Amino acid sequence: MHLALFCIFGALCVAGALNLLLQRHPINSALSLIVVMSSLAVLYLLLGAEFLAAAQVIVYSGAIMVLFTFVIMLLNAGREQRTHGSKMAWVLGFPGAAVLLALLADIFITHSGDFHRVQAGEYVVNTAMLSGVLFRDLLLPFEVTSILILIAILGAVALARKEH
Amino acid sequence: METSLLTFLIVNLIKIVVVVVILLMEVAYTVLLERKLVGRIQNRWGPSRVGPFGLLQPLADGAKLFLKEDLMPLAVERPLYVIAPMIALGCALTSIAVIPFGANIQWHGVDLFQISDVSIGLLILLGITSIGVYGIALSGWSSNNKYSLLGALRASAQVISYELALGLALVGVIMRAGSLRLRDIVNVQTGHSVLAFLHWNFFGGFQFVAFFVYLMAAYAETNRSPFDLPEAESELTAGYHTEYSSMKFAMFFMAEYANMITVGCVATLLFFGGWTSPFGHFLSGSGPISIALFSVFWFVAKVFGFLFLYIWVRGTLPRFRYDQLMGFGWKFLVPVAIANIVVTGLWMGLSLPAR
Repeated sequence: MHLALFCIFGALCVAGALNLLLQRHPINSALSLIVVMSSLAVLYLLLGAEFLAAAQVIVYSGAIMVLFTFVIMLLNAGREQRTHGSKMAWVLGFPGAAVLLALLADIFITHSGDFHRVQAGEYVVNTAMLSGVLFRDLLLPFEVTSILILIAILGAVALARKEH
Repeated sequence: METSLLTFLIVNLIKIVVVVVILLMEVAYTVLLERKLVGRIQNRWGPSRVGPFGLLQPLADGAKLFLKEDLMPLAVERPLYVIAPMIALGCALTSIAVIPFGANIQWHGVDLFQISDVSIGLLILLGITSIGVYGIALSGWSSNNKYSLLGALRASAQVISYELALGLALVGVIMRAGSLRLRDIVNVQTGHSVLAFLHWNFFGGFQFVAFFVYLMAAYAETNRSPFDLPEAESELTAGYHTEYSSMKFAMFFMAEYANMITVGCVATLLFFGGWTSPFGHFLSGSGPISIALFSVFWFVAKVFGFLFLYIWVRGTLPRFRYDQLMGFGWKFLVPVAIANIVVTGLWMGLSLPAR
């Protein structure tokens, strides 16, 4: 059951990501991104992170992607021209990606014993446990992160303010 | 009792079909209720010709919408234009799945009065609402019509802004219940005396501030008057569904009324004790069958009260101006909701013994 769900939503996620790159109209790309985000939420749910899954849908698929589509609609962006891409991407990009993949694969294979294996659906982190970790054990890093985000908001307001 | 997979599947399928059919009937008759009540508010009769008291009017409306020509304008973005009403209606119908509408009565190990009892039920409701915006946003954009686009832009901006106030208003209730499961939230509010309604979050929990924030945010979230700017007839013809006809138009309409019903259900569950009797054991039944009937009766009565309030507000209040709407959401509702969280936190911290 869990394996079947993982396969379906994993495939949906990859298909959405490919469609995001291949579509020529920005709004179709944005919609594929929504599919990617939502199927990621299902994958989180399979791993037992129920709050993270709900937050992923509410924050990413809901709020942030609505803003994306909002901006695309406002700018009335048209179809993109299909190009061959930049030369740098061909020369550096593919070898770079291959090297990164090889490195990661090497690390994962040699150190596979050190990682904890997580099986889908065997363990559920409920919201109360999560809040215990966030607001008791890791309270200081959590609050510092929120101040960091507050500073980013202040920066955006300062940039957006009109000069008087 | 352990249930086999087959019974589980069959009972759940039956439950889903029954709930969807009842919800759609309820949607149809809410439309009739609205036309009748608004008619009375405006000193006229409302529909009265089809059937006794106009009771068959929804059937006539449905038949009319089915038989109308389904126009497909040439300049629309084809797949999105067709998908948009489906997203709107699909999300509106999905959100009813987590709502418990009666006491927890098990039959062969399956909960009879709830499709699925999810531990993060409230968050799932919020998630589905936030996905539902795409129905409106995409319909407006893909129609290739300036009125539709303006309506869609208004709708998405409004829904994002008020979603914040909506979510913050619910935090106080969640803090009191200590759970996101809707059944737990209701169980916190049950009392046994004749004055059991004093245990409701609205009275006993001192959450009436949260309730008013929730109510106003919910009106905006469902695009209902006085926040119905996305479909303001006087400025935008019909807003985001200008180009839609026949069943596609009907799907938007059904989605709006289904959302109204969902919002009424959530308000009932969170602030008014859900399916429990307001008078404790009085009028709550004794045998399993009478308990089931009474719990559903109280739930439906409370939700009906909300639908009545919705229509009453629509018949009474004029529409907001757009800048007033945004200012009200961001400068009034959000700070009030945050203050409510702080006050609830202080109240709980001071009244509960230190753990």
